[in-house]
Order: sequence, then structure tokens, then C-alpha cells
Amino acid sequence: MTDLFGIPLPALLSQLLLGLVNGSFYAMLSLGLAVIFGLLNIINFAHGALYMMGAFLAWMGLEYLGLNYWVMLLLAPLVVGVLGIFIERLLLQWLYKLDHIYSLLLTFGITLVLEGIFRSFYGSSGQQYAVPDALQGATNLGFMVLPNYRAWVVVASITVCLAVWALIEKTSLGATLRAGTENPKLVQAFGINVPRMITLTYAAGVALAAFAGVLAAPILQVTALMGSNLIIVVFAVVVIGGMGSILGSIVTGLGLGVIEGLTKVFYPEASSTVVFVVMAIVLLVRPAGLFGKEK
Amino acid sequence: MTHNFKRIALASLTLCGAVAGLPGTAQAQISGDVVKIGFITDMSSVYADIDGAGGVEAIRMAIADMKGMVAGKKIELIYADHQNKADVAANKAREWIDTQGLDLLIGGTNSGASLAMAKIAAEKKKPFMVIGAGSARLTNEDCTPYTIHYAYDTVALANGTGNAVVKSGGKSWYFLTADYAFGASLQGDTATAVQKAGGTVVGSVKHPLNASDFSSFLLQAQGSKAQVLGLANAGGDTINAIKAANEFGVTKTMKMAGLLMFINDIHSLGLKTTEGMYLTDSWYWNQSPEARAWSRRFYEKMKRMPSSLQAADYSAAMQYLKAVEATKSDDADKVMAQLKSTKINDFYAKNGEIGPDGRHRHDMFLMQVKSQKESTEPWDYYNLVQTIPGVEAFTKLADSKCSLVKK
Repeated sequence: MTDLFGIPLPALLSQLLLGLVNGSFYAMLSLGLAVIFGLLNIINFAHGALYMMGAFLAWMGLEYLGLNYWVMLLLAPLVVGVLGIFIERLLLQWLYKLDHIYSLLLTFGITLVLEGIFRSFYGSSGQQYAVPDALQGATNLGFMVLPNYRAWVVVASITVCLAVWALIEKTSLGATLRAGTENPKLVQAFGINVPRMITLTYAAGVALAAFAGVLAAPILQVTALMGSNLIIVVFAVVVIGGMGSILGSIVTGLGLGVIEGLTKVFYPEASSTVVFVVMAIVLLVRPAGLFGKEK
Repeated sequence: MTHNFKRIALASLTLCGAVAGLPGTAQAQISGDVVKIGFITDMSSVYADIDGAGGVEAIRMAIADMKGMVAGKKIELIYADHQNKADVAANKAREWIDTQGLDLLIGGTNSGASLAMAKIAAEKKKPFMVIGAGSARLTNEDCTPYTIHYAYDTVALANGTGNAVVKSGGKSWYFLTADYAFGASLQGDTATAVQKAGGTVVGSVKHPLNASDFSSFLLQAQGSKAQVLGLANAGGDTINAIKAANEFGVTKTMKMAGLLMFINDIHSLGLKTTEGMYLTDSWYWNQSPEARAWSRRFYEKMKRMPSSLQAADYSAAMQYLKAVEATKSDDADKVMAQLKSTKINDFYAKNGEIGPDGRHRHDMFLMQVKSQKESTEPWDYYNLVQTIPGVEAFTKLADSKCSLVKK
């Protein structure tokens, strides 16, 4: 058997692939954060809680309404997107003129409220959500047995990430969005409704979080705290990629998933901190992040 | 004149009251004319389901079964959430003892919180019954004359599961261990039990607390070719590890042994995922007719079956109240002496005895999770594999590191 750094090659390959699966969650969540930060200039701490809501909505849809996974994969992001519209219109829009710290505190507060509500209704040990029938089972890749559902997660999230990137970078709607980020006043002067654009962007950003939540539901136990376990890492991903950079957040999300996966083989104890070590190094060398522009 | 008369009348009334109160206190020595039980546990976070509000309800049931009175005095219950913070737990305990006239402190989940409360209770000389916390230190290095460790501890879990699984053919073990003090001691205790029974430990991997993804660790475990995967972790980590083990087919090649699992964990994972797993617990709702009867009452109130901890909450409170009734006193030393000299046999504990180290040694049970086919009703989850007598399950008195044990 071929060895690489003392680890058999098949084992290494399988860890790389698993890293990619985790990385796709990082990518999707950090993408939403990056889009929101880019246009609204707010740090959306409620992202983790909305991801949790996505997972819970999937579970509730099946439990109470008999709606299957595929329906909820579309419906949950819509519901969370509408909630996002309310959050932005009722709360966030009053804070744009103030310091970042206010919106950060507000969204953190929203997180606490949402988590508290779900915990008091559904307890702390969480709910079980089964893998949909079509994606049951596993495929033998030779070097490892990959559950079909995990393969689907990678495909779905990379597709969504690329679609969002193309939408923002390659279409005229995306061009307007980017222009709105650079100079909202000028764009408004061209007759474009910038406040509505901002609201919809926030809604789209949190809908991405809910989509990731539905994807995660069959893999992880659906609990009120599942978002807070993840969100700190995702923030680190955004910082490494460069705040507000779309492509940056996708690439760093996937990349860090892989780095984390490899750490789990070579030195498992460090696997929860390796992302932050990378963050510290990147901030020292390139303070604006890997893909960010210095302002 | 009328003014003076009023004063005299008032004074004599007060005197009468004071005198009338005297015979009561002479008869039964109950401080403050009320027996106050305080319960501090995790009410809102990871361990809230296995104890929490259900634990409060269980103690309330014990008080209700005494008709709210003991030795002719009223029983009162106060409770608080320690949020898994040891300092919050200790401060609350101190406040209650100093200002509320607390007579018994019951400690819920979280070993850190219980170790901190044990110190306060010992300093203030108040009985402290630990239910939910697992650290065996409570009756070893950190034992006090006032601590009773009532339900289970890490040693008993390790002896139960470790020993039994080896004897049923699971000779080689690999551990998946939470990377903090609790995980390390659970792995250590179990490894000792496994080796004593003639098994071997092939290896282990440490994972960070609250790890969200276990697939990578599980592939390493599978690569070890060990027969048994010992899960030296708790709560959400155990649950997510088991889910991933199913998904990656690890359960096909390895037997899973949960070292700290409660019925609520099985309930939320479902039988399909947990079928065939071994675990050790101090009690199961369906283990005897008395247990079933009590559990049905609990179910009526909470709409879920009680965990072993919630049953132990009831049992501990009840044993304490019986001791107060027997001694006609809430004096800590008298009640502790009574508790330590009485054999405990109720719907929860079988052949129970509280040693000088404060360890309540009672029968423990090795369970195997039923398959979906075997399960005939909701919450029907376990087959009893083996009853482990208390003296074998827990640390033997002769091996105790507690300074109160005379050797």
C-alpha cells in the first residue's frame, strides 16, 4: 500500500473527501455572510440561528405537515427569507448609520431569542431527521465508502455557491448590486430602489443559511444549539477569505474544510483550533484576508 | 388608658404565641418550622432533558407523596438553574443556606458544579445529595461527611459496560474520547475494566468538545480493526457520533458501547440507529411493576418517561424525608447518621447502602437497546442483560481514596 507522511494513501484520500463535505457547509454559510456584509456592511451574528431554523423547519415540515425533504429544501429557505425581510425592515434598517457594534449586538440578541424559543419547545437533546429515501445507502469508491447523502451535500452546495457567484459577478442584476455596495447614493440617483435591494439581499443571504440548515438536518442532530457550534468557525472563514469577498468565501470555505479534515488525521486534538491558527497567520500576512481588497 | 390597654393586650398575645410555639420545637427539632429542599441543576442547556424540569417534578412528587408534611412540619422546594457554571451553583447554594434556612441540597447534572457545591455544603454542614453528576471524585478525593453520591458514577459505568462487553466477546477496543477531564477519566476507568476482564485496547482518538462532525474520527476507528468502539463522551457528541457511525457503516463492522448514555439519548436517536448498543444505567422505567407505576404517574405530568436521574431525584428526596421523619429532626448530623445506617429498597434503588464515603452502592443494570421489532410500545427500549450488584459496580470501600474511610 502506498504511504504518504506515514498515512496510507486511501485513508488520506478519504479524509480529504470528508473535509470537502464539511467545507461545503462552511462555504455556503460564509457565502451568505459575505453577501450580507458586502452590501449591508453588517456582521450578521444571527446567521447560525437562522441555519438552525432551516434545519428545524425541515424537521417540522415532515413531522407536522408530512412535507418531504425536497419540498422543505425549497420551502425552508423561503420562510427564513421572509423572516429575514421582517428582521431587516423592522430592526436592522435603523442601525446602518451607527457603528458596526450595534448591528452585531442586535443580531446576537436575535440569536439568543431564537435559540431560547426552540430550546424551550423542543428540549436540548434534539430531533432526529432521516436521510431521504432517494439518497439512502453508500457508494464504494475503492478507497472509502461514501454515504450517498454526503456526496449530494457537496454537489448541491457547490452548485448553489457557483450560481450565487455567477449571479453577482456575471449578470446585470449583480452589477447593480455591486454598484450599490460601492456607492449607494449614485445608484439611487439612477432610479434604482436601493433600500429594497438591501432588504432582498439580506433575505437572500439568510435563505442560504436556511438551505445549509436543511442540508445539515439528516447529518447532524437537529438541536437549538447546532448553529452556535458552527458560526464562530464560519466567521473565521469569512475573515480569512476577506470580508465581503464572494469568491473568497467559497474557496476558503472548501479549503479550510480540507485543512481541518487533514488535521483530524495528524493531530486530532487541534482540529477545532486549526482554523483560528490559519486566521491568525493570514491576518498577520494579509490583514484584508486572502481575497479582500485593502481599503 | 385605652392606648395602654391595647399595648398590654398585644404583648400578652405575642407571649402566648411564643409559648404556644415552644412545645412544637421541643417535640420535633425542625429549624425554622419548615423543611426546605433546594435543587440546583442544568435547567436550560445540554443536560436539561435528562434532569432539569423533570427532576423538579420528580422531587415535587416525593413531597406530594408525603402530603407536604414531615415530622409535623411543612416541606418546601426551591430550585435554580446553574447554567453549567460551577460558580453560579456554588453561589446559589451558599445564598440559600445563609438566607433561606436550607435543610437539604440536591445537586443535578454537571460534575464541576457538584464538586463546587459539595465544598459549600461541607463548610456549612448541610446534607448534599448528588444525583446527576458522574465524577467518582465526589466520594473519593473530594468526599465530605455531608455528601451522598446517590445515582451512579463513572467507575460504575466503566465496570458495567467495559466488563460485560468483553465477556460477551468484544475483546479489542478503540476509544472515541471527548478531549477534556471527564472524557479522559471515563476512558481510563473503562480501559482498566476492559483489561481486567481480559480485553485489549487497540487505540483511541480524542475529539474536541462539541465537535460537529465525527466522520473523520470514525474512519480512523474503523481502520483500527477493533471489535468495539467505546464512546467516552456525552450528550450531543455521543448522539452525533452514533449518527455518523450508522451513516458510514461503522456499526456493521464494530459494536458500539455508549459509556454515558441516558434513555433520552436513545429516544432522540431512535431504535433504528441505536439497536444492539450496550449501556449501563442505574434504573430503567420498565424494570419492575413499582417502577412502571411510578413512571406512569411521571408520564402523566411530563409527557415523557423519566430518566434514571429523575427517578433518583424522587428516591433521594424521599429517603431524606423518611430520615427526617424517623429522627424527628432536620439536624444534618442526625439525618446523615440515619441515612448511612438504613438499607435502601424502593422502586429506584435495590439493595442500596450508603457507605462512610458517601457512595450509595446499589444494583446497576447492563442494558442492550432493543430492535424496532422487539419494541412493543413507546419508550420500550431496553433488554436487561445483567444486574450488577452494587459492591461490584462501584469503587470498593477498601479501594476508596476517601479520607473518611477507616482502613
